[in-house]
Amino acid sequence: MKQLFSFIRKEFYHVFRDKRTLLILFGLPVVQIVLFGFALSSEVKNIGITVFDNAHDNNSEQIINKIKASPYFLFKAPVKNYADIEEQFKEGSIKCALIFPVNFAQELARSGRAQVQIIADGADPNTATILVNYLTAIIADYQQQLNPTARLNYQIIPEVRQLYNEEQNGSLNFIPGVIALIFMIVCTALTSVSIVKEKELGTMEILLVSPFKPIMVLIAKAVPYLILSIINFIIILLLSVFLLHVQIRGSLPLLFAESILFIITCLSLGLLISNVTNSQQTAMLISMMGMMLPTLLFTGFMFPLENMPKIFQFISYIVPSRYYYIIIKAVMLKGLDFSYVWKETLILTGMSLFLLTVALKNFKTRLQ
Amino acid sequence: MSEKAIICKDLTKQFGDFKAVNKISFDVGQGEIFGFLGANGAGKTTAMRMLCGLSFPTSGEASVAGFNVYKQQEKIKANIGYMSQKFSLYENLTTFENIEFYGGVYGLSRKEIKKRGEDMVTMLGLANEAKKLVGELPLGWKQKLAFSVAIFHRPKIVFLDEPTGGVDPVTRRQFWDLIYEAAADGITVFVTTHYMDEAEYCNRISIMVDGKVEALDTPASLKKEFNTSSMDEVFYQLARRAQRSGD
Repeated sequence: MKQLFSFIRKEFYHVFRDKRTLLILFGLPVVQIVLFGFALSSEVKNIGITVFDNAHDNNSEQIINKIKASPYFLFKAPVKNYADIEEQFKEGSIKCALIFPVNFAQELARSGRAQVQIIADGADPNTATILVNYLTAIIADYQQQLNPTARLNYQIIPEVRQLYNEEQNGSLNFIPGVIALIFMIVCTALTSVSIVKEKELGTMEILLVSPFKPIMVLIAKAVPYLILSIINFIIILLLSVFLLHVQIRGSLPLLFAESILFIITCLSLGLLISNVTNSQQTAMLISMMGMMLPTLLFTGFMFPLENMPKIFQFISYIVPSRYYYIIIKAVMLKGLDFSYVWKETLILTGMSLFLLTVALKNFKTRLQ
Repeated sequence: MSEKAIICKDLTKQFGDFKAVNKISFDVGQGEIFGFLGANGAGKTTAMRMLCGLSFPTSGEASVAGFNVYKQQEKIKANIGYMSQKFSLYENLTTFENIEFYGGVYGLSRKEIKKRGEDMVTMLGLANEAKKLVGELPLGWKQKLAFSVAIFHRPKIVFLDEPTGGVDPVTRRQFWDLIYEAAADGITVFVTTHYMDEAEYCNRISIMVDGKVEALDTPASLKKEFNTSSMDEVFYQLARRAQRSGD
């Protein structure tokens, strides 16, 4: 026990004296949270729009005023011809334009039907779709206003609620993904590199000649990163709650227990990688390419898994972060209890045990 | 058991068809400085790894510090020190932190580590550098420190694998002073080297060629036997017989 303690203390010296490690350890989570929380928002706000108003009547003015009042649009000076619209699209100063025909109001009054044209920048299909929906909604709203007393015989009004995220906070989706990603980097990459480093330096040989048991080397290597990862997790949670206003609905102890389980999975992976590699570069490359990329692609927080080809969906089943992502989303965002995530927990436990066994086996045979 | 620190009898290590170490037999007495020579690829490192409890022999018998290399590897490990040809201290730890770490790994108490550690840095003349990172020390100091750390837990035997690579002759000489002091304290020294002047410092030397021990005696007797005045010549005559090429 005393031996283990001096080893763990040594590991902490290593971590705190290596600026690069410290930067990865504590800089990365903050940067990622800020990046995903603010910069990479999927919400559409302050989008440039212009109007080509050929009608200049009461009705068109009222619609334009409604658009001006909307926080989603940034109203640019109205244009006088089609060429100007195109010019602005090319410049990128607007993403959509609304065009009223001459006699808009008369048409409306006479036949009860009038047309407007919406042009959106299709080069960015997602934004374009959202913009068109916004504009259509504004126009539909105005239509209602025009006929307050009119009653349709049949009317179906969809009442939409976004469960677990009523205020449509875009960061919600990213937090669990970012947490999974960070554990993957800190636990898997840093652990594997720190063991391989001992091999490169030749100190591993000394450790193997000492009475210190090989399995203790692995434990001593894993413990500091386990502790640091938990600290990291706390930092991320604090940032999420106070900076991004994410509400944690589920039980904190469950959240921590599941996270520690996932950390252990990542650590086992890191130990395994360190056993099969002999240079820091290789270890880094394997953990980055082999672990981070799948985490980004197959966890489901960037690209929906349901839309992927079957083969990729199949691959995603062996990516541990996939299960952790499901668990943490369920517990943190939906406030569900253990009975909803026991299956994923079981899978993660199985994976950890498997990886750990393989890692230990490999480590022992290296001695022969 | 016996007064011998190391006893080897027909010790063999085979990798497939390749006999890296082929039936070597020798004894090393307690407190003796034993030079283990041989060209690259002659099988020195493999033999040493077996004696250190890092790998199992294929056949033959050996005991180190009175413990069997097959059954008592853990006991062997607790009773030996080891210094590899690669510098084996942590550069981003201070001198004293390195001492604390290795002392801790060998299970010494904090008090013991503190006392012995202070004695050690004073003896090495490193008292002012004890709080400096090891990476900042010159190579000669690092190697002396590495040796002192290897015998810090007072092992019965210390294995040195080409300990003085890349060091100037003066520092090498000082390094050997440390080895003599250790031997005078009763620590058996088992050392591999490529430097023939170092071979002369040993009480007895063995020379390995192609996995076998081809010569074993005091430097003086060996020179007489091969009818030459220099160890270089002895080594050259033996190494020329080698069939295997070095790595």
